[in-house]
Amino acid sequence: MREYSAFDILGPIMIGPSSSHTAGAARLAKIAEIIAGRDILEVEFLLHGSFAKTYKGHGTDKALVAGILGMDPWDKNLRNSMEMAKERGISVKFTEKDLGNVHSNTVKFIITKKNGEVSEIMGSSIGGGNVVINEVDKDKIEFTGAYPTILINHLDMPGMVARVSEVLYEHGINIAFMKVYRKSIKGSRAVMVLEVDDFIIKDIVKEIGDIPNIYKVRAINPISEEE
Amino acid sequence: MVNTGRELADICSKRKIKIWEYVVEEEMKSEDRSREEVFKTMTKNFHVMKDSAEYGLTHKVKSISGLIGGDAYRLNQYYEKGKTLIGKYMVKAMARALSCSEVNAAMGKVVAAPTAGSCGIIPGAIITAGEILGKKDEDMVKALFTASGIGIIIAKNASMSGAEGGCQAECGSAAAMAAAGIVEIMEGTPTQALDAAAIVIKNIMGLVCDPVAGLVEIPCAKRNVSGTVSALTTADMVMAGVCSKIPFDDTVLAMYKVGRQMPCELKETALGGVAVTDTGLKLKEKVLGSSI
Repeated sequence: MREYSAFDILGPIMIGPSSSHTAGAARLAKIAEIIAGRDILEVEFLLHGSFAKTYKGHGTDKALVAGILGMDPWDKNLRNSMEMAKERGISVKFTEKDLGNVHSNTVKFIITKKNGEVSEIMGSSIGGGNVVINEVDKDKIEFTGAYPTILINHLDMPGMVARVSEVLYEHGINIAFMKVYRKSIKGSRAVMVLEVDDFIIKDIVKEIGDIPNIYKVRAINPISEEE
Repeated sequence: MVNTGRELADICSKRKIKIWEYVVEEEMKSEDRSREEVFKTMTKNFHVMKDSAEYGLTHKVKSISGLIGGDAYRLNQYYEKGKTLIGKYMVKAMARALSCSEVNAAMGKVVAAPTAGSCGIIPGAIITAGEILGKKDEDMVKALFTASGIGIIIAKNASMSGAEGGCQAECGSAAAMAAAGIVEIMEGTPTQALDAAAIVIKNIMGLVCDPVAGLVEIPCAKRNVSGTVSALTTADMVMAGVCSKIPFDDTVLAMYKVGRQMPCELKETALGGVAVTDTGLKLKEKVLGSSI
């Protein structure tokens, strides 16, 4: 059974009108932006279910664009995000699409960067501003963004988990949850998702990235409450 | 944190503590924070709640769409005149709930409690109960922890999203949480707090989520009023010694199942209920035709 903090229930402090359609959407988009990385050129938002039916009325579109711009769910500028995206030269497009058997508030981000790189991230807003990311670049994975999270693409071979956990151990970081996903057969491309208890600094990302047979490392530090 | 109301009541009665104390301890443990830090965060939530509950009393708030607004102000004027049917305090509680909902619909700052659509119920009920009982802010913050504890158990066993469980999952959960919080500041036992939550859930079971034009405005704002009233009246019922014949955990599971049985038209898609009445559809056209 999933664990909740008292402040997952009473919170977040946010800009209205809907925790799942506004705050959750902003949160999802901010995580997507962190995964995709800087210098975004264009974003297509594929909206499913309730997101598709009601995004205009709830300001979901404004919240999603705000998240892509790196805004937090409590940012007062959230309602001006469309204009701000235009100023920054980021083009956005909203498409209603059936994404299959997923939560009713689900969005898929197709993010194109200035260097031509394309990332696809899918996530759901599951209520009260809480979210779940369930797909990154076609890999079915799962994390909530509530904990600092490390996403690793690697070759499926013995010792990979040990080497990654060694780096974390050296930095005194405790792993709260961990999952390894293999793309197909033994020895194929694989993904590791680690949710840890402490903020992930750049050094850790670099050290893990230096391990042989690790292709890509991305760190997603949580979007915490307004201080 | 325990998974059920039953376990929560057992732990609290064995250790002779209140629900709020258990929730604070669990928060300290799981998040590795001090008691002061945990209280500080909840106190901050309380202040944002208070601001959003008071703003609409003296300002005619208008939602971004223009569909709702000014009703908190109207109710507060009525309260000031003092001639009410159900008593001044109840009117004040209703005004506060509306104020939060109006601030939310105006893209203002609120605390999701547990969601933004239901953000007026807990502030409306708990702040007013605290006022009636002459309680300090600190006591109301404790009631918020009680409410949170009840909410955690609902979230674990059911849902708090209108898209998943209908309005019962949002406004129903909020009212249940508020009722439990109030019972604890009235010195009720943890079992009584759970009974209050159970009664509220039974009374709101099956409530659909049918927002006009998909906006969190009609009928959401007034459902915040009714949730607030339900929390306050139920707290009185329980403090008078009335129990819930169906225990809290059963009501939560029933609410979850009812939510699953609800067609998606009645779960925040704006395809059913008042959203598709003649007037609902006309309002939708009016709003979505403008610059929204």
